Amino acid sequence: MKYVPLVLAGLFRRKTRTVLTLLSVLVAFLLLGLLQAVKVAFDSGADSADAKRLLTTARYSIIEPLPIAHLRQIERVRGVVGVAYADWFGARYQNESNAFPVFAVEPARYLDMYPEFTIAAEQRAAFARTRTGAVAGQRLVDRFGWKIGQKLPIMSEIHPKTDGDMNWEFDLVGILDADDPAVRGNTDVVLINVAYFDEARLTGKGKTGWFIERIADSGRARAISADIDARFANSPDETKTQPEKEFAVGFAKQIGDMGLLVTRILTAVFFTILILTGNTMAQSIRERVPELAVLKTLGFSDGQVTALVLAEAGLLLALGGGLGMTIAVLFLPFLNAATGGRFPPLFVGLDTWLLAGTVAGALALAIGLPPALRARRLRIVDALAGR
Amino acid sequence: MSALVEIRGVTKTYRRGGEKVEVLHGVDLDIPRGDFVALMGPSGSGKTTLLNLIGGLDTPTSGSIAVDGRRIDQLGSGELSRWRAENVGFVFQSYNLLPVLSAQKNVELPLLLTHLSAAERRRHATLALRLVGLEDRARHKPKELSGGQEQRVAIARALVSDPTLLVCDEPTGDLDRATADAILTLLQMLNRDHGKTLVMVTHDPKAAEYARRRLHLDKGTLAPQEDA
Repeated sequence: MKYVPLVLAGLFRRKTRTVLTLLSVLVAFLLLGLLQAVKVAFDSGADSADAKRLLTTARYSIIEPLPIAHLRQIERVRGVVGVAYADWFGARYQNESNAFPVFAVEPARYLDMYPEFTIAAEQRAAFARTRTGAVAGQRLVDRFGWKIGQKLPIMSEIHPKTDGDMNWEFDLVGILDADDPAVRGNTDVVLINVAYFDEARLTGKGKTGWFIERIADSGRARAISADIDARFANSPDETKTQPEKEFAVGFAKQIGDMGLLVTRILTAVFFTILILTGNTMAQSIRERVPELAVLKTLGFSDGQVTALVLAEAGLLLALGGGLGMTIAVLFLPFLNAATGGRFPPLFVGLDTWLLAGTVAGALALAIGLPPALRARRLRIVDALAGR
Repeated sequence: MSALVEIRGVTKTYRRGGEKVEVLHGVDLDIPRGDFVALMGPSGSGKTTLLNLIGGLDTPTSGSIAVDGRRIDQLGSGELSRWRAENVGFVFQSYNLLPVLSAQKNVELPLLLTHLSAAERRRHATLALRLVGLEDRARHKPKELSGGQEQRVAIARALVSDPTLLVCDEPTGDLDRATADAILTLLQMLNRDHGKTLVMVTHDPKAAEYARRRLHLDKGTLAPQEDA
């Protein structure tokens, strides 16, 4: 600690230059915090996927419905311990821009399949017994100011009721949430009871969009997937079964490879920072060669002088990186509010902090080591003589 | 007086542009404890090289240097650093203060290498500044001080860890006569009243008059000694 004032004095020897460098580091880490949050949000489906869950859709297109009757056959496949199903409702609420996923499900089966979702026991029971019941994700409830017990008027773009009307009405009986912030984005849905939906819809009765299977052994996921698909081979309703994560990754990649994009942007940003701060550090140490020689004259060892220079680089990255990440953390709630829940929740998780720490450490070493080694090699008599 | 510094057969050779240049040729010298020696000689005579060897800033090519009975020519880089921190105070012609630190913090620098607490470091630095008459300038940065004041701060820094030996390289080279005399009087006082052993390189005969002994180096060889 006693060397901190010396390190700070060296770092802020030229205040303007250091502040500008600090700002560039800050912006780079702010970008890292924000872009990683976006990447995590995009990957959340895949990351929170359960290795013991499979997804079965129609073989040739995800929008083709499958008979609900497949359920009994899938349940008989060895290794399958639970099956649920869901159908796409195609919802609009109040106006065209308020779109969110609405799935028609069998309540108990579906909620058993996703234990990572949290819902109060009495709300879960109410959802199971109320034919017109619906449960909604906490963020949707917050966004639209819904209250339990109210009517939920939702328009379907796909399913007319038997009277041809596209406007449906459900009773909000529960609220879905998740303890893990990475999973919370997956609760941005409304689940409706399929019992009422299937009876009241004009078309597609007895059909559903996809099945979700829980398996006992994730190591047998491929074999079980093949067994399920084999049961419906050469039938009018052939299936394609795959692990949930594989499905989520494929689905996300339809939008774009966000991970690759973020990695490329951040690589470019940090390469620029490496050059910029590396040059600044080298210049700063060049200017201070006589001062470093004085420190050595006074008895500072080669190792201590090396450590002082490295500490300057470390402090620069720690200050800039810490501030940048902190601003990202403070800014994300505003961004979440601004998107009005249309996007999965953005947050800076432990993984992102660890990544930032690793990047900062690596950068500090990369920019600090060359001048630190130069300082270490410094011969006092030459440096004092200006050679 | 017992010999604090014992130099025997010291040579120093530099390599300049692929050519070996011997700057010191078999120098023998004893500097008794409590002595004040002025090393004089023309440019290139090797006086700064000899001073650097005595202060442990450089190592001889051959020969031996013992300070207070310890062979410093045999110390490794780390040991030599520690030895300098504990035994030698340095005063340079261009003061060599750290411009970003206050006078107080500059004086405290050598104490960072000790186990003293922050409060003790501050107290020692204040005492050293008081000794050189600059206690009231403790918070000033070097650029806010005159040349003479800067050199006083440098002397306080050299003194603060209570070294056995003070090594001064042209300490008045950048100062006017009156200021130089004040600095030399201060050095003389440190030698006379505080028993510090001083070795001072100077080309100024008037400065050398403040020393107890004057030694002349010429082309790397010591001329016969004369007493003040």
